[in-house]
Amino acid sequence: MSTGLEQLYQQIILDHAKARHGSPLREHDGVGRVGESHQLNPVCGDEITLRAGVADGAVTAVSWDGAGCAISMASASVLTDLVQGLPRDEVIGLVDSFREVMRSRGRIEADEEVLGDAAAFSGVSRFPARVKCAMLAWVALEESLLAANA
Amino acid sequence: MPVVDTPVTLTPSDAVLTDAEVHRIRNDFPILGTEVNGKPLIYLDSGATSQNPVSVLEAEQEFYEQRNAAVHRGSHSLAVDATDAYEDARAAVARFVGARTDELVWTSNATEGINLVAYAMSNASLGRGGEAARRFALGPGDRVVVTEMEHHANLIPWQELAARTGAELRFIPVADDGTLRLEEAAAVITPATKLVAFSHASNVLGTINPVARLVRLAQDVGALTLLDACQSVPHLPVDVKALDVDFLVFSGHKMLGPTGIGALYGRAELLNALPPFLTGGSMITTVTMERAEYLPSPNRFEAGTQRISQAIALGAAANYLAETGMERIEAWEETLGARLVRGLGAIEGIRVLGPDAGRPRIGLASFDVDGVHAHDVGQFLDDKGIAVRVGHHCAQPLHRRLGLTATTRASTYLYTTTDEVDAFLDAVALVRPFFGAHR
Repeated sequence: MSTGLEQLYQQIILDHAKARHGSPLREHDGVGRVGESHQLNPVCGDEITLRAGVADGAVTAVSWDGAGCAISMASASVLTDLVQGLPRDEVIGLVDSFREVMRSRGRIEADEEVLGDAAAFSGVSRFPARVKCAMLAWVALEESLLAANA
Repeated sequence: MPVVDTPVTLTPSDAVLTDAEVHRIRNDFPILGTEVNGKPLIYLDSGATSQNPVSVLEAEQEFYEQRNAAVHRGSHSLAVDATDAYEDARAAVARFVGARTDELVWTSNATEGINLVAYAMSNASLGRGGEAARRFALGPGDRVVVTEMEHHANLIPWQELAARTGAELRFIPVADDGTLRLEEAAAVITPATKLVAFSHASNVLGTINPVARLVRLAQDVGALTLLDACQSVPHLPVDVKALDVDFLVFSGHKMLGPTGIGALYGRAELLNALPPFLTGGSMITTVTMERAEYLPSPNRFEAGTQRISQAIALGAAANYLAETGMERIEAWEETLGARLVRGLGAIEGIRVLGPDAGRPRIGLASFDVDGVHAHDVGQFLDDKGIAVRVGHHCAQPLHRRLGLTATTRASTYLYTTTDEVDAFLDAVALVRPFFGAHR
């Protein structure tokens, strides 16, 4: 197998694509204000509905339903593990860092200290056609947090 | 002009194509010798866009280097030369599909051809074109019929036309095996039907639709017919008169030509009664500050400076295909299509869409891989230099009907070898193990 494909589909991504932490979508009663977002990639039909709860300035819960490729599903799973319990502002910073890496065309290597398992998606940035797949859940989270604050 | 590079190495006969001959054909296509991701390119996406032979590339370049001028205006020598080349190309493409020269209208692509008819009917519905255009007018109580397997290009223009005019849009459903449910077609195509628009061959399923039966059903109720021939004109012999359709559209870039050029065929009597869609220069006879009179077909529908070099290159493409022989290309792709269907069907966890092996199908196959998303399948194949199409192939309703959101499609052409099909099949067999989807 060429290095390109292995860089893209790291084992951690393949594992998360199956494990799908945070799926299915839940009601999130009593976790604070809940926001929801639905995102669709019209190019391939990948979609996700994500709910996030916010209380006392922290992300208290995340859950989602999705259908899509390994990259998009694994990204949602990794994100769920990463952000639960973190301060809302820090989560927004993580979304920005992840987006910066994804848009870098391979120039920026993700900091594992900051992004944890999500650093495994660094290889995706070399495949511009797949960046939207990786970003889908992160955009849904960003919009859910905005909705929860509204 | 036009430059026609007859493939001299071809056996000038109706003998079936062989791998050896296909290898010679490949030499005419520079891109087929390139590498992708360090592997020789295996191009199985001709259903989306085909590659170009040198004769097509040279025709376009030669035009710009030696004949570039606006056509149908100006009287200098270059303008006359350019006009001749442009009209020769029209004649070549018209001949290729059995149309009269004045029945072939240049468009950007098939999508524009369908929109041209839809907007012209819209204009007729507003009373434009007078009495002669009344047969194209739609209103409440009228019906437009499509099929459930249409490409979005042959669906959305009719949705919009129905919405603008108050007509209703109905469809002929697709059966589980990827064929049209003809027993329901007769119920859907009622006397209220003004137009039946359907594809000759499905870009997803590969199904070849029974044109004659659908045309008869339409004619029995006095409805017009429009055939989306994007996936048939490049791949099998098509004769518009034998098909007896009223309108037919196709795209140049799917038949060895460049992008930006396609054609609309219409029966002359209809085209000359149809009100224009785009208006402006070159499509008129007399213009006052209040009104204008229009030229007959095809110029009636060709407003503004046209896609001259593209048209000339498409003429060269049609000639290349005609020289090779459409019957031979059809037979070759039938072999490749059957090989694809049989090979894919033998791999565990693969569901092939469309007709079973042995039933009519063009040389393409779309499939679902159990446990692996089409995008991931495409990425895996791309790593091996294999180009396929993934997604809904601009046919969301059909995918929804089949319970899928995205599939992978391999589509062949005259330059595809059996070795390439086999290499593709070998690679597909590795997909589920790689993604851990096999049990």
